Amino acid sequence: MSINWFKYSSPQIFFPVAGRLALGFGVLAVLACAVGLYLGFFVAPTDAQQGESYRIIFIHVPAAWMSMFLYVIMAFWAGIGLAFNTRLSGMMASAIAPTGALFTFIALWTGSFWGKPTWGTWWVWDARLTSELILLFLYFGFMALQASIDDPRRADKAGALLALVGVVNVPIIYFSVKWWNTLHQGASVSLTKAPTMAATMLTGMLIMSFAFWFYSIAAILLRARCIMLERERSADWAGQYARGAA
Amino acid sequence: MSWGSLENFLAMGGYGLYVWGSYAVAFALIVTELALLVRRKRIAVGRIR
Repeated sequence: MSINWFKYSSPQIFFPVAGRLALGFGVLAVLACAVGLYLGFFVAPTDAQQGESYRIIFIHVPAAWMSMFLYVIMAFWAGIGLAFNTRLSGMMASAIAPTGALFTFIALWTGSFWGKPTWGTWWVWDARLTSELILLFLYFGFMALQASIDDPRRADKAGALLALVGVVNVPIIYFSVKWWNTLHQGASVSLTKAPTMAATMLTGMLIMSFAFWFYSIAAILLRARCIMLERERSADWAGQYARGAA
Repeated sequence: MSWGSLENFLAMGGYGLYVWGSYAVAFALIVTELALLVRRKRIAVGRIR
């Protein structure tokens, strides 16, 4: 059996598929969130050093991971759009940016609310925190640049350049706790070492990561649908959909 | 993990402000994003018609 993947790169075909996928991933996100928060608040034990303040981890770490993943995926679609000039790629990159910025902000905000009780400060110009703040500005820069250019094709190209150059910041964020002497702690979870936390804490955090993944996919697909309708508003399929949605 | 009472749960061992301040803002932002998406879709459909 062979699937013609290029078929799905046409907005007309992808639009209804994206709608069904968004619904499915939205349901999965709610379920994973319920399980993850149950584990996080009712199963995971109190931390010996940090007391209950550590429970911020269940959204802080997943949000920080998403902020980096989404940037890489945004840069990937932007690069594909530059290389192959496919319409949908640029739409996907534009659809990812606001959700990426959202998770970057959540990572910074929850980090601040965790830093105050554990470090005694809301903010410090440490390498991890500063590079994550730069990530937020990269997302904002990408969105502002695209918003300032009327022609969507040119906006996609300009945004793609910014996204690709900015991708260098992602390894800087990830390795900042190794390369510099930071107040922020090192990685709690890595592929090469055993995790340094209780199994139920780790499970809760991983399930919340899946919840954020599912949510991101759903939100991004919903936004991609909006962008398709906006950019292709004079196409027949868009007109048919709009009349049907009335 | 047994909290005993709702007060204990909300107090989060004295870290209530920090824990709930994190969760409330994250939740509010996610709900806002979804509301903005619904609004954007409605406007896009309205422009076509």
